[in-house]
Amino acid sequence: MVEPSPAQVKAITVVRSTGDKVFRGIMTAGGLTSLVVLSLIAGFLLYRGFEIFSDFGFSFLTTSEWNSGIDDIGTDARMGVAAMLVGSIVIAVIAIVIAVPFAMGVALFLEYYAPKRLRNVLTAILDLIAAVPSVIYGIWGYVVLMPLVVQWSKTLNDYLGWFPLFSVPAPIFERSPFVAGILLSIMILPITTSVTREVYSRAPKDQIDAAYALGGSRWGGIRTVVLPFGRSGLVGGAMLGLGRALGETIAVFLVLNLVFKVNFNILSSAGGNVASLIATRFGEASRYELKGLMAAGLVLFILTLIVNAIATAIVNRSARGVA
Amino acid sequence: MDQPDMTQGEVVTPSLPETPVVEDRTRRDSSRLHEHTDKGLEACSVHAWFGKHHALADVSLHFPENTVTGLIGPSGCGKSTFLRLLNRMHEFIPNSAMAGDVFLDGQDIYGAKVNPADVRLKIGMVFQKPNPFPSMTIEENVLAGLKLAKIKTSDKEALLEDCLVRAGLWKEVKDRLKAAGASLSGGQQQRLCIARALAVKPNVLLMDEPCSALDPGSTLRVEETIVQLSETMTIIIVTHNMQQAARVSDYCAFFLSDGGPGQLIEADLTSNMFSNPSDKRTADYVQGRFG
Amino acid sequence: MSQEPALMVQPRRPWRHPAQNALTVTVIFTLSALGGAAVTAPTGLAGNLGWFVSFIACAIIVSWIAGRFRSKVAAADLVATVVIGAAAAAVVIPWTSLIYTVISKGSKVIYSGWFTTDMSVTAADDVFTVGGVSHAIVGTLIIISIATLISVPIGIASAVYIVEIRGRFSPLVRFLTQAMSGVPSIVAGLFIYSTLVILVFEKFNALAGAFALSILMLPTVARTSEEVLKLVPDDLRSASYALGASQVSTTFKVTLPTVRSGLVTAAVLGVARIAGETAPLLLTSLYLVSFSTDLVGKPMATLPTYTFGNLQIGTENAVARAWGGSLTLLALIFVLFLIARLLAGRGPGK
Repeated sequence: MVEPSPAQVKAITVVRSTGDKVFRGIMTAGGLTSLVVLSLIAGFLLYRGFEIFSDFGFSFLTTSEWNSGIDDIGTDARMGVAAMLVGSIVIAVIAIVIAVPFAMGVALFLEYYAPKRLRNVLTAILDLIAAVPSVIYGIWGYVVLMPLVVQWSKTLNDYLGWFPLFSVPAPIFERSPFVAGILLSIMILPITTSVTREVYSRAPKDQIDAAYALGGSRWGGIRTVVLPFGRSGLVGGAMLGLGRALGETIAVFLVLNLVFKVNFNILSSAGGNVASLIATRFGEASRYELKGLMAAGLVLFILTLIVNAIATAIVNRSARGVA
Repeated sequence: MDQPDMTQGEVVTPSLPETPVVEDRTRRDSSRLHEHTDKGLEACSVHAWFGKHHALADVSLHFPENTVTGLIGPSGCGKSTFLRLLNRMHEFIPNSAMAGDVFLDGQDIYGAKVNPADVRLKIGMVFQKPNPFPSMTIEENVLAGLKLAKIKTSDKEALLEDCLVRAGLWKEVKDRLKAAGASLSGGQQQRLCIARALAVKPNVLLMDEPCSALDPGSTLRVEETIVQLSETMTIIIVTHNMQQAARVSDYCAFFLSDGGPGQLIEADLTSNMFSNPSDKRTADYVQGRFG
Repeated sequence: MSQEPALMVQPRRPWRHPAQNALTVTVIFTLSALGGAAVTAPTGLAGNLGWFVSFIACAIIVSWIAGRFRSKVAAADLVATVVIGAAAAAVVIPWTSLIYTVISKGSKVIYSGWFTTDMSVTAADDVFTVGGVSHAIVGTLIIISIATLISVPIGIASAVYIVEIRGRFSPLVRFLTQAMSGVPSIVAGLFIYSTLVILVFEKFNALAGAFALSILMLPTVARTSEEVLKLVPDDLRSASYALGASQVSTTFKVTLPTVRSGLVTAAVLGVARIAGETAPLLLTSLYLVSFSTDLVGKPMATLPTYTFGNLQIGTENAVARAWGGSLTLLALIFVLFLIARLLAGRGPGK
């Protein structure tokens, strides 16, 4: 083998036609739209809410009060999203805790138990349900779900009321974080299920065979191979659901009573939610309060972006088989 | 398990001498491949279907205890299908069907009251590609079968060592039993899978081209393991490698499909199969003229 | 060798035990139903749902006992089957309830004029034989069409960039597209409000609503198109290049036409994603009681904001109209999904 001398090495250069150059330019611009839009959103919300951040600084994140002052420039104002932020997270966590076990069950059922025809029907229903608008979930949640959940809340409170999470300052159970959490869990179930199912379907068949060959049952194969394989995918699916739950507006708006005070009594009729705050206050906000809402929007945007970025990274990693 | 289901009307040879297990190997005789006893594994007129596709037709074969039988033949001749019929793995394929009977120590493994999981405990399997459970350590992999089948053992340590020794892996891994199973080399992984199969104490071990994914050195180690294991258990190995069949097996069975379902062409002592096959197609195949 | 015809042999499946399985299911079901009733009747748990929960609990116990007759492994397997089956059955309950409620309550207010009149001369509290949602249907269709016109070309360009051009930023673009799909809808609305509504138009209008929705639609279109483009075999591109075609003509004359129906599916899925969005529209296109096709001059009604608005009014008749709006919206989305599935059912190139 003769090493080529540097003079012999010739780089392959591609000469592109003008048409191709223009084409590539336009497509690149299209591809970078997402970058531009995301930066613009962050930039504009920061610009609009800047005054709020400079007025309140870090205490915007730690204050629960929402008082926009007595005039348009925010005299005597004291604003913070602590209660709303904590409320958003509480509701989203309730939703995830309820949705994930069911998502696992449905995903396993579809992938390893259901006969083919039933699987096709259920998958189609799942796709359709995922597209039901949140305003419809909201009206159904208010009219049908809430009375039921109030009943459960009373039972829970009767038996577990000694536990701070389930105690209530006053026996009002309507429009509580618990109601909103359950409604959200139903809303995020389709996306969490489809991500989980996608990951479970990639579980290596030869390892499942090995589990069977060792005298394992179907459940043995699932427990030994599928669940460990799908663990990170499940986490990713749950995080995607969490992102959805954090950003949900209208459904939560309809079934949650906003109270500007950090509250961990999930059964009581007082909760917080950043997205609902924006929807509630937007219509009648003073110019100064509007800036506060922009700042709150930025906080929500960054929070969901982080959650979604982590979720995407986890799902992509497990999709490549690095379980 | 229920009583042996001998509906075939075959008479069990009453005069069969009860020879000790160790001496069994000395009595190599091609007639044993066709005898009916209540010892060892026996397939009677077995057929297999995938949907409408008839994959395997009318195979009858007896695998004497503590011998190695090689199943040879070109791709698509039904050897692997036959193997999976022997421990009831065939039925996992949707729309599959079978006919005929398979007896283990005189009991019909397809009997109505037989639990297929129990069958697979008695008849272990090693697969083409090494497939240790990646989420488990070496130790957990070996003992995985106990957990899956909910078998209790008094002395896990002893069982672990015994299985790894018999699989010829003990020396290499004894200091890192807590390492991940996937951290081993391909050949070591395959021997780990053999150790895993041994842990549930099967009588029969099925091997589906266990060396096809391994390098020559690892292949040799696995072959040594097979020969040693055959002193205490019945081994059935599917292989594409004629030399391997000649090296490890006591008996050979040649399968072939002429476009229709795969069939058993000939079964005999391995030495006879390679030196003096009775069917011309066998001769052509073992001498490498096709396949 | 026996050459007897194999057809004489009947295939069998000794691993299937339909009678035994049916018996097991019947026994478990009956015992659990009785057990569930026995638990529910004296304690008065929450009605049918309480019964369902105790039914499942009983089913788990009964199946464990039934499995124990065979082995511990069988018991665990049977319990797992019951639990997984119950989870699948349980999630169907709220979905069925949701669809059923929307249809039964929504159909009460729909009459012949529902699709032809608007609310300009009708109050939300009026009887159900006057007023309708024609303005909201038209508004929804207009806003969706504009959002589609904006986001479909950009979404496809983004997919082409990732799959065809494979540029330097491909991984970044893919990552950002996925991140963008998680942008809360209210934030998209807030962004458009703070830019277009305040700075450009200085009023709420349909165009702003369309832009807000296109932000939400873009990631769906981009990701689905990417999946579709990936299905085009490389041979096809190579063949085109081998004929001396440029990248432009290869993409526009070979690749994209091959997956035309897939791209339409991507667009329809994107539309289904945004058709029911409410929050961003409350901040951009607002709501209008009357029929309007003015894109810039004034707000525009849509089905989601119609539903939400009536719900906010809160009187009995207004809420009933909200159910009617929900049903109309759900039907619209259902039709879109049907179209998407029909198109997706066809292979590429057809």
